[in-house]
Parts: sequence; structure tokens; C-alpha cells
Amino acid sequence: MSYGTNYNRFAIQTFSLSRKFGDLVAVDGIDLSIKEGELFSLLGPNGAGKTTAIKMLCCLLRPSSGTATVLGRDIHEDPMAVKQIMDVSPQETAIAEHLNAWENLRLIGGIRGLTKEEVKKRSEELLEMVGLAKRAKEQVRKFSGGMKRRLSIAMALVSDPQVLFLDEPTLGLDPQSRRGIWEHIVELKGKKTILLTTHYLEEADALADRIAIIDEGKIVALGTPQELKDSISDMQVMVVKAKNLPPDAIEGLKEIYPEVKATEDGIEIRAKELSFYEIVDYLRPRGVVIQSMSLKQPTLDDIFLHLTGKELRE
Amino acid sequence: MRFAELAIRNFKEMWRDPISIGLEIGIPAGFLVIFWALGRSLGDESFLTPTMLVPGIAVFGFAFLLMFSAVVLARDRESALLSRLLVAPLKPRDFIFSYSLPYIPLVILQILLCFGMGALLGLEALGNAGLAFLILLVMGICCVELGMILGLLFNVNQVSGVGSVIITLVALLGGIWIDLGAIGGVFYRIGNALPFVHAINGARAVMVYGAGFSGIATDFYWVLGYTLVFFALGTFLFRRRMVG
Repeated sequence: MSYGTNYNRFAIQTFSLSRKFGDLVAVDGIDLSIKEGELFSLLGPNGAGKTTAIKMLCCLLRPSSGTATVLGRDIHEDPMAVKQIMDVSPQETAIAEHLNAWENLRLIGGIRGLTKEEVKKRSEELLEMVGLAKRAKEQVRKFSGGMKRRLSIAMALVSDPQVLFLDEPTLGLDPQSRRGIWEHIVELKGKKTILLTTHYLEEADALADRIAIIDEGKIVALGTPQELKDSISDMQVMVVKAKNLPPDAIEGLKEIYPEVKATEDGIEIRAKELSFYEIVDYLRPRGVVIQSMSLKQPTLDDIFLHLTGKELRE
Repeated sequence: MRFAELAIRNFKEMWRDPISIGLEIGIPAGFLVIFWALGRSLGDESFLTPTMLVPGIAVFGFAFLLMFSAVVLARDRESALLSRLLVAPLKPRDFIFSYSLPYIPLVILQILLCFGMGALLGLEALGNAGLAFLILLVMGICCVELGMILGLLFNVNQVSGVGSVIITLVALLGGIWIDLGAIGGVFYRIGNALPFVHAINGARAVMVYGAGFSGIATDFYWVLGYTLVFFALGTFLFRRRMVG
């Protein structure tokens, strides 16, 4: 079932793909072309339309208009053929709680038409890969959140799909478990076409070959992580650590620099031109105690804020 | 036969929930003994005899099975496991078979348990017990199919509420411990429109009066009709969920 990766061919293409729920436009005419073997990330806040897009590509949700193809198979015209070549790890930990890890893998392998021998071989490999081989015979309801998520990803890999959809694979996990999952995803890079949705900037930055930033159902930016950062390279970000920072001082500063974001211990200001003295002269008379000021490289968070006017975790 | 793997999983899911299984088996047996004892205490020889009670209590047990099957499916839907399964290249009928078939052994077990308990308490079947078994089996499958519909339409909490209403309906309008004909009126008409009283009356006609298939044909086809309609509706709902 393995295949030769062809980086010149598109594995997933969407053509003005849209989905409405009543008056709400969840996905608004997105056009994407994802190459074979690419790890592509849809990055956006909750409710941006990421999961709706994945559901349409998995043939679980009919588009209101537009269409998409997965390795040339149209999701409208040939959903069964699409289902044969892909699998998904849903946002929620979708596992059978009363089965053990081994049985969960056997379930997915069985309904995807693998023989017993194939299921056994793949399951052994995958349980080893996700570090669950020693606990394969335990009912999974006793597993931790991270273990369940690792098993969920392994389940999506049993049939050795050519295209893999990972919907928020590390949602709600602690940083250590998240990094563990990342290691497994990195192992798959180049071997499979992966569409990964996330609202964690660092996740998209660390894993993706290319990122599409999605907001209110629309793609607002697309490129490699570096290309996206370069797109606002002329922008400066000033990190101000300060005490006694009243909200009206932040609001007042926005009249000089429109992009001011409150942080845990101060503010961040984004602008093409920043004046150190202007900021100090504005804040000090208002009783703000400035502890430090520094310039930093723009991050994907800055890009998202710049493009949409809001924060990714809103 | 890809659906077989899912049917096996659903079978395991059911049997690895010992409390629910215990209740499923214990409720009919317990109710049979309670109402038999009540009948003896009241000196009732019309309705609360083992022969009259066995079909009614079996159907009453199916109403709990209905809720059980609905909860398992609703739980899979809520946990997104069903979404993962629906992405597999299976057809709607594969899903309805996978989720329904594992309950049939439990239906059979419930009927046999009621017959066995009834025999211990003095059941005297005049007719072909196999025929009574058949109409009760179809009624059990009918309840499982109705459970599929509830599991696809409602969440776990809602299933508990709707399931309780159905259990109450079966208890009140199934003619289990009261003669629905004697009540008459709207209760009689509603009860007769539903399948439960037909399954109970059909099985009673066989066991108490020795009726053959021709004597219970109307009741049998009434129950079978409901079963087929529920199966078709469940298949339709699975199809709708596959391409929402």
C-alpha cells in the first residue's frame, strides 16, 4: 500500500470549497493545492472553519458549493474511492474505550479491509512507533490523554493511507505530550501527504512545510513558515515589560501604534517604524514602570494579528 | 464482511459493561418473579399468571435493551468514534448491521431466560413455543432498530429521557399486566397502533390458546412491519450522517 512520493503532483486540491450552516459561512470558497508528501497546516482559531474543511475532504460533510479532489478522486463523485486512500485522526480522541489498544487497531484495520496478517504486522509496528507496545493489551479507558491521542494517530495509520488528516492532534495535551506527538508526526513527513489543522502557532511552525492561515472560513495567508514571517519582515515588534500598566494607557498608545497587544507582563507593539523614545515618553508620565524594552523577530502570532486584527487563541 | 469487525467490537463493548448486561438480564427475571408473586398474593388468575406474564415481561425487557443499544451508539457519536468509522469505505447498511447484530444474542438470552423462569414458576404453554419465540425475537430486533434511530438522533442524556418515555409507554400501552381491551378508548387505539401489544398478544395466543401461525399472522406482520420500517429509517439516518 505504500507509494512513491511525487512532489510535483497534487494530493489534495480544493476548488472554491464552501460550506454554509444556515446564514453562517463556515468555509468560504477556499482554493488549496497540497503536493504529495507535503505536510500542510491549516492554522486558525476555534471556529475558523478548519474542522469543517477536513470533514468535507473526508466526505463526511457535503460542500454547499465548490469541490475538492484527493489524489485525483472527486469528493462529490467518488467518495468511496476517496475513503479508500485516506484516513483521519479526529479532533476528539475517537477510540473504543472498552477495547484494548491492539483491538482498536484491529477494528480499524478490519473495516478497512486488511487481512489478519496485515493488521497484526501493522499494529505491531505502530504500537512500537507510538510507544504503546507494552500496554497493548490494556483497555484504553485507563490510558492518559496523551496515550489516547497517540493511539488515535496510530489508528489513522493502520491502513497505511496515502493521505492523512490530523485534526488538532495535540489539542488539550500538556507540552511534554505535545512534543511526543510531534516526534511521531515528524517521522511521517515526506512519506505521506498530511493535512494538519491546529490553532497552536508553534505546532504549525515546527511541523509544516507550508501553512495556510484561515480565519472566518477564508484563507488569509499561505506560504512556508519562513515566507509568512518574511512577509512582515519590514515590521518591528517591540516587547515592553512593565508594571502599573493601566488599560487606558494601552488604549491611548493604540492611537499612535494601532497594533498594541497586552501580554502577561506588559505589552507588545507592532509597527513598521517604532520610536523607543516616543513609547517611553508616552508611558512614563502615566505612571507606568518600564522594566525592559526589546525588539524581537515577528512570529506567526504577529502575522495572524496583523492579518486578522485578532489573536489566534481568542 | 468488513462490517463483521465492527460488529465484534460492538459485541465486546456490550459484554464488557457488566453492570448494564446484569441489568438487561436481571430486569426481566426480577419483574417476572415480582409480578408472579403479586398475582399469587392477589389471587389473580387472568393476567398475573406465568403463561400470561412471560411474553409481556420479555417485551418489557426489550424496552430496556432499546435504551442500552441507543446509548452505545449515542456515546460513539459523541466521542467522534462514529465519525472515524464513517470515514471508512463502508455502506450505511454495514453500519446498521454492525450496531444491531450484537444485540440479537442478548434478545435470545432474554427470551430464553423469561421462558426458563416462567417454567420454574409454572408456565403451561399450549401451542408451539417456537412460534411464540419467533414473534418475540422479531419484537426484540424491532426494539434494537428503534434504539439505532434514537442513538443517531439524540445524545446520551437525551436518550435516557426518551428511552424512559418509551419504557413507560410499553408498560402502560403494551397490555403487559392489564387488559388493554378492557380499558378501551384512546389508550386502546394508541396501544394497538404500536407493535408492543401485538407481540405480546401474539405470543400469548400461541402459549395460552395454542394458536398457530395463521392465528397470529396479523400480529406477526404488524411487528415485522415496524421492524422493517425502523431498519429502513436507521439506514437512512446512517446515510445522512455519512454525507451530512
